[in-house]
Amino acid sequence: MTEHLVVLITYFVLAVFVGFEVISKVPTILHTPLMSGSNAIHGIILVGALLIAAHAQTPLEIVLGFVAVVLATTNVVGGFVVTDRMLEMFKGRRQ
Amino acid sequence: MTIATAFVYLLAAVLFIVGLKFLSSPRGARRGNQLAAVGMVLAVGWTVVLLRDAFTPAGIAICTVGVAIGSIAGTIGARRVHMTAMPQMVALFNGVGGGAAALVAVSELLKLAGARPEFQTGFPSVFAIVIGGISFAGSALAFAKLQELMTGTPITYPGQQVVNGLLALAILTLAVAVLAVTGSAVVLAVLLGIALVLGVAFVLPIGGADMPVVISLLNACTGLAVAASGFVLDNFALIVAGTLVGASGSLLTKLMSDAMGRSITNILFGAFGQVQTGLGSGAAADGKSVRAGSPDDIGTMLAYSRSVIIGPG
Repeated sequence: MTEHLVVLITYFVLAVFVGFEVISKVPTILHTPLMSGSNAIHGIILVGALLIAAHAQTPLEIVLGFVAVVLATTNVVGGFVVTDRMLEMFKGRRQ
Repeated sequence: MTIATAFVYLLAAVLFIVGLKFLSSPRGARRGNQLAAVGMVLAVGWTVVLLRDAFTPAGIAICTVGVAIGSIAGTIGARRVHMTAMPQMVALFNGVGGGAAALVAVSELLKLAGARPEFQTGFPSVFAIVIGGISFAGSALAFAKLQELMTGTPITYPGQQVVNGLLALAILTLAVAVLAVTGSAVVLAVLLGIALVLGVAFVLPIGGADMPVVISLLNACTGLAVAASGFVLDNFALIVAGTLVGASGSLLTKLMSDAMGRSITNILFGAFGQVQTGLGSGAAADGKSVRAGSPDDIGTMLAYSRSVIIGPG
């Protein structure tokens, strides 16, 4: 195990605690928007998809990279837009 | 990782965390979503800048066309969907994220051209492939159930637990094979294939009404799959953002099932064998579930309500 791997594991462990802490008390009505918002955040996989697609050379790499980029972009864009629509609906009901 | 990259990813991570925080309060929810979106644009934009000299000709083409298609599909899907159909749309967007995580890991392993991967890349790769695959197929089935493309009632058959157990065992065996022997394309394809089947098998016995909780669980799974891809690619942004979603998503899954007065195990495995009513804390005598709420919940709900009916007694 390298020192660098330990650093990565440190990020991971600290992020687990932050993730738990950050949503400790959520009103029931916000459960779905919060799920949808965090769903958009894991669209960060688009960064990974771009990293592999950028170097694609063989036909297999090109196909995999292309599909990964399409799927990841759909996750990001769809995720944020659909969350915004949900929350827009809440706003409209406030006086 | 250069200093500039580290700072941009750090800023994106902070925006995700603050965004999630805002999303959990009624007042700031919309702002929270926008903050997270800004973080995403920063992280993705910077990655493109980083890659500017590394793109192969094919790479430029697939990234440009891929992002264009994904943006159009995502926007149309999110804009057209009816308010009542939002949960299944979230399921769909979640599933594609899981699929992307699995494909990223597959691509990385294929670079080794069949050689045995080192444990520290092999393990997270296999994790991302399996969990990402389960999330993809499970979400697709959740979508199909909620969209009424198929029956929303739990589907059970004799020996279901055995079948699911065997699928899990097959995945475990193949995972060990990848780590110990070879990460060849065929083995990876079979591994991903069985993960997809398990994703479907896992969601089949769960009823439509419980689907939001399942989607939340699969959302947390995708988060973890993304974090695992981050370990494979040695990428801070993926690890932190994926883990944040994995952890907060797990907690949210518990909060959601608590709000329904059910336990998570009851929702996931309740249809196996006889249906266990009375296991959830709020299950009433006639088998219907009771929704309990805290004063905070009721306050928030009233603030957003146009009309309220109070039934005393």
